[in-house]
Amino acid sequence: MSKASVLSSRRLLEVLRLPILFFLTLWLVAHAGFAQADKFSDSYLSLKVNDRTIEGQWDIALRDLDVAVGLDQDGNGKITWDEVRTKHPAIAAYAMSHLRLTSNSGICGMGVNEQLIDNHSDGGYSVLRFTATCSSAVKELTVNYSLLFDRDPQHKGLLRLQTPQSTSTAVFSPDHPEQRFALGKISAFEQFSEYVVTGIGHIWIGFDHLLFLFSLLLPAVFIWSGKHWQPTDSFRSALIDVLKIVTAFTLAHSVTLTLATLHLVSISSRIVESGIAFSVIVAALNNLFPLVHGRRWIVAFGFGLIHGFGFASVLADLGLPQSALVLALVGFNIGVEVGQLTIVALFLPVAFALRHTWFYKKLVFLGGSALIIVIATVWFIERACNLVLISG
Amino acid sequence: MLRISAVSAKPRFVIVVAICGCLFSIAQQTMATPFIPLSGAAVLETLPSRNDPLQKELGDLRTALVSKPGDLRIAVALSRRYVELWRDGGDPRYLGYAQAALGPWWNQAAPPQEARVMRATLLQSTHRFKEAMKDLDAVVERDRDNAQAWLTRATILQVLGDYSAARSSCERLFRLAPHLVAQTCLSGVESLSGDAAKGYGDLLTALKNAPDSSIDIQIWVLTLLAEIAERRADFVGARGHFEKALALGVPDNYLLAAYADFLLGQGEPGKVLPLLKDKLQVDSLLLRYALALKIMGTVRAVEATKARDMLTQRFDAARLRGDTIHQREQTRFALELTDRPDMALSAAKENWAVQKEPADTRLMLQAALAAKDPKAARPVIDWIQKNRLEDHVSNALSNQLLHAAAS
Repeated sequence: MSKASVLSSRRLLEVLRLPILFFLTLWLVAHAGFAQADKFSDSYLSLKVNDRTIEGQWDIALRDLDVAVGLDQDGNGKITWDEVRTKHPAIAAYAMSHLRLTSNSGICGMGVNEQLIDNHSDGGYSVLRFTATCSSAVKELTVNYSLLFDRDPQHKGLLRLQTPQSTSTAVFSPDHPEQRFALGKISAFEQFSEYVVTGIGHIWIGFDHLLFLFSLLLPAVFIWSGKHWQPTDSFRSALIDVLKIVTAFTLAHSVTLTLATLHLVSISSRIVESGIAFSVIVAALNNLFPLVHGRRWIVAFGFGLIHGFGFASVLADLGLPQSALVLALVGFNIGVEVGQLTIVALFLPVAFALRHTWFYKKLVFLGGSALIIVIATVWFIERACNLVLISG
Repeated sequence: MLRISAVSAKPRFVIVVAICGCLFSIAQQTMATPFIPLSGAAVLETLPSRNDPLQKELGDLRTALVSKPGDLRIAVALSRRYVELWRDGGDPRYLGYAQAALGPWWNQAAPPQEARVMRATLLQSTHRFKEAMKDLDAVVERDRDNAQAWLTRATILQVLGDYSAARSSCERLFRLAPHLVAQTCLSGVESLSGDAAKGYGDLLTALKNAPDSSIDIQIWVLTLLAEIAERRADFVGARGHFEKALALGVPDNYLLAAYADFLLGQGEPGKVLPLLKDKLQVDSLLLRYALALKIMGTVRAVEATKARDMLTQRFDAARLRGDTIHQREQTRFALELTDRPDMALSAAKENWAVQKEPADTRLMLQAALAAKDPKAARPVIDWIQKNRLEDHVSNALSNQLLHAAAS
């Protein structure tokens, strides 16, 4: 044991002996009616909402930040501008991780623009100016505030929320860390359309769902002869094949999406994500070495169940309103379906027209499938083994 | 920051001072927008140094608690240390840290006794008297010999105006605590419930018999003696006790406030300024300072306005966070500093519904008189008569109000 720690444990013992000298503590309570307090710890948060951007200013007391991130680096009891300045990244990280703004369109991304200083009636404050950007015009805002609550349960966050039309205020405390504000009238229809758009967006941006779908769609303009793929003569049969696949996929992922969102079933995201990658591999492999041909909708259904869990995590990240859960689920599902049908509508006529060409048969179909297998295999290894190979 | 030198009452000086004051307040206002300090060495905030022995001790306790998170003794010791720091005029943030130190015990329905007493202490520090009483009742139910719980309980009951219950709590202490501590508890209650002369005499004797008491205790006792003497219009006696207490060298904020009130009552506002000038970060002391400046009239008008504005800011900030701890101070602020009797009366009523110390009673009567609403004072006057409160100010105000109601 080092000398320093011997000393400090001796001091500790002296302190712990104190309860014996109880009359020192008796004094603590002698003047209960007298307001000894000057000012408790508060932070001042101002949010100005304008369409889809929120301009924020957050004044946090330097003495509070000192407790949280350690500003007084030389320990002399004086916090200088240089000491604050070198801690700007830590202050920004600490503050931003204790505030979450969620609008009707999901979590709004935040970034600190500048950090200044201000003096309030009780001392120096660091002033963080930040911008939050939401996906669409903010009609409803949920603010989650958790600054300092773990260190100082008496701390409060004083919010001033401004819109072009109105100003409201709120107080955050450990008992009320989350508050929701309706900024403008938001109709059920608007909320519903919001989720439809999110659903469409997710299919278009969600590269893995798209590759899975393409793997199943690529052979839709062919018929398996028993030895190789033959271009089909009937556009109608190709269309029916595609509709069956898309509908089966949607039905399946709707089921698991609903189960997961209602917290009836939960599967670890690692299994879900690797499962999705695996489904893409299998679907593309089936094009090169067909095992299932006539009934690819069964494959679409089976793997659609896994993709549903993937959708659920997207929806959960949006911070779903409990009051509009069903609305959100249905809207999101319809959005996914619309997104898929749009892809089909664009893809099928082109594929049908090109089905006899070498370009489609060799390059798009065989080459494309092979490429998809390679990409999906990389994903699978990354996700299953928690590695970073190429992507990410 | 509040002091602007105004050494002479000559008109020319007054004008110069007024102009300086204006410029200063404009400068202050422009500073209210966020800025980037001009120099990297600019000191933006002053904190207790980490090399301070007390801060080191806190650091050791915190480290100990981190390595043994469930250790009740360390948690309570750390919590107590924080409350002591706050009591000695420190930052009220320490109350929050004290609560955090109690960690899991804070939210338990029935935490261990030590943690529960500490929780009650913290609850009463933020004027949550009912919750504090619930904890203390539970503690003494299980442990009849818990001196700390009995004393805290007596103090709260006295603030709430339940003197018979407060008295029996104090009586428990004679067996459990030093005699002087028990007597101070009892004399405080007696002085408010018809036995002021006896309480005062017994306390004087007890103090004489315990000359080796700690300075903290001596200040506590002398402050109470001074207050009882003042209420009984024994101003010479009161001044003597106050001066003795101050001479001990480490006045706490309560003593400073009580002595400032005494000086204001005696028409000596000039003595209040040097007494409080270094303590203006404490709202209740800034209030007395501002009152003294106001009473001193035109010579100090600029400073008085500045002090008043500063207080307004502080109370606004407290109101924003929903605090009611300052109810008594806010009543006095509205009544004596901003001359808004209606506002003062409604604040006084709210305050008096919770706490009934002589300071609260006086405010309630003053506010009723200022608002020309003698009816509002009726329940208070009845209460004074029922409890036989001996206080020359309250008695004079009561008579005035009764006359006003009759005419």
